[in-house]
Amino acid sequence: MNLINHESVVKRMKSRLTKNIFSKWIFLALTMFILLILGVLLYRIFSQGFGYLDLQFLQSLPSRKPENAGVYAALIGTMWLMAVVAPVSLLLGVGTAIYLEEYAKDNWITNFIKVNISNLAGVPSIVFGLLGLTVFVRALALGTSVLAAGLTMSLLVLPVIIVAAQEAIRAVPSQLREASFGLGATKWQTIVRIVLPAAIPGILTGAILALSRAIGETAPLVVLGMPLFLAFLPRTVLDSMTVLPLQIYNWTSRPQVEFHALAAAGIIVLLFMLIVMNSIAVLIRNKFQKRY
Amino acid sequence: MLMKGVFILATQNKNTFSVQKMIQEKKKRKSAGGITEKIMPYILFFTAAVSVLTTIGIVFTLIVETFLFFDVVSIKEFLFGKKWYPFSETNGSFGILPLVMGTLKVSFIAAVVAVPIGLASAIYLSEYASDRTRRIIKPILEVLAGIPTIVYGFFALTFVTPILRDIIPSLEIFNALSPGIVIGIMITPMIASLSEDAMTSVPNAMREGALALGSTKFEVAIKVVLPAAVSGIVASIVLAISRAIGETMIVAVAGGSTPNMEWNLTGSIQTMTAYIVQVSQGDVGYGTTIYYSIYAVGMTLFVFTLVMNLFAQYITRRFREVY
Repeated sequence: MNLINHESVVKRMKSRLTKNIFSKWIFLALTMFILLILGVLLYRIFSQGFGYLDLQFLQSLPSRKPENAGVYAALIGTMWLMAVVAPVSLLLGVGTAIYLEEYAKDNWITNFIKVNISNLAGVPSIVFGLLGLTVFVRALALGTSVLAAGLTMSLLVLPVIIVAAQEAIRAVPSQLREASFGLGATKWQTIVRIVLPAAIPGILTGAILALSRAIGETAPLVVLGMPLFLAFLPRTVLDSMTVLPLQIYNWTSRPQVEFHALAAAGIIVLLFMLIVMNSIAVLIRNKFQKRY
Repeated sequence: MLMKGVFILATQNKNTFSVQKMIQEKKKRKSAGGITEKIMPYILFFTAAVSVLTTIGIVFTLIVETFLFFDVVSIKEFLFGKKWYPFSETNGSFGILPLVMGTLKVSFIAAVVAVPIGLASAIYLSEYASDRTRRIIKPILEVLAGIPTIVYGFFALTFVTPILRDIIPSLEIFNALSPGIVIGIMITPMIASLSEDAMTSVPNAMREGALALGSTKFEVAIKVVLPAAVSGIVASIVLAISRAIGETMIVAVAGGSTPNMEWNLTGSIQTMTAYIVQVSQGDVGYGTTIYYSIYAVGMTLFVFTLVMNLFAQYITRRFREVY
């Protein structure tokens, strides 16, 4: 007696193999489709905005006439934003990571902080805008200043930095710590002189990625009431400012096609900054990978 | 030799070169260091508390301002009202359902676009692609995930909408379809990379077992790997949809500002996030009902995304297969 019906196996084999090959191509095609869309997106933006992209565009203040308009104010504003977000979020993020990895006991408070951080990462950015509007703009009366925007953005990107710093600190082998303790160093000395220097590449990579998220975010700043159109530069952190995404949003929401081209040119500037920052992050990651 | 040298030095210069003395001196000098040692844990705990304070701040802000809103508008009207006309001077009505409807329409379209493409790329990357292909494709997906949302908004309004209008002539300039599709493109990398992680963690022994029994690669992927990784895949989809619900700039740019309860996808809509943006941009006075209404809408949005995130965490914890 045949346990296996040989004939039906052979008969079904063909359709199974066809299905196998067919599905492979479908999976590949869908993957390529998404990459193709990225290509189309970049091509569209470059072909639309490249004509407006020149030195004058980078050096001019926004204007009602498209041919005179530029991103200077927004570019400087984005720099100011980075100058606030980088130190604040790094200090808070790395501090939290050191606490969680080196000091925290395994109790409910630590657990609560960890759960809280992972939930904070899932809160929509616009809700951070509402928090910033109430706390920084109104309660602390900072208005639509560089500081209010910077602090709001710092809180927004905090989970990113914390997670990156935690991973970097965890990756430092415990032998290094033990050797340091063995030579008589205290805990804090070990952290500052041994753990942090070894973890710095990972922390920096995370920090740059967090910063690149901060300079691309639009929604929270709109909610804070930051001006979309500003013809002067901030001089202190208490001055008002506009940033690149807001300027792009302003140009995009106008009906004239010329302003859309300006928006595309602004996007090229923004994407260029992001590419530079991400390349630095990748360089750091590759240079310092697998040291132990 | 060296020890002898030290010894000679020590005897010659008695007051500096005794090791014991050095340690003692060092300890005395380091009294300040002792304080650092003691207070640093507290300072670090304070920085860790900031993230908790942020959450408390968000919840507290939303609750307080939402209650001020409910002084004017009844909770019942807000939750079950089918009209959202906040700017009407005489009798503004605040029923959130039209805004929720707009959000759900956009998220639904996004999911229809993102789930098949995201899963297909995840399967391709984890089951079919060579190491080299994977090393090329994964960073490109990361690039897609890192593009600012305002750029996607611009893309939706100036590229996707005109193309769709050529195909569907009845499509309005502002509609649900175009931002929905673009949000779908935006969340696809998230589904692809999280699902791929889940699939790669399925042990090879299971694949080899199935292959040895005569399965084709496709059957291994669909009947063995997919079921084994299902918790991670579902979690990735839930997280991605939660991102779609909270997405702001794409709908604010391309979705329009007409809250309605209609079932068609071609007309102008307004989502919860787009409403908050619309109010923030206008000059609405502080303390007016409209001002408080953005917190009530924000609260609704926050609850939506929080529930979905907790659900995703629950799935990963509860249904994770441990090998």
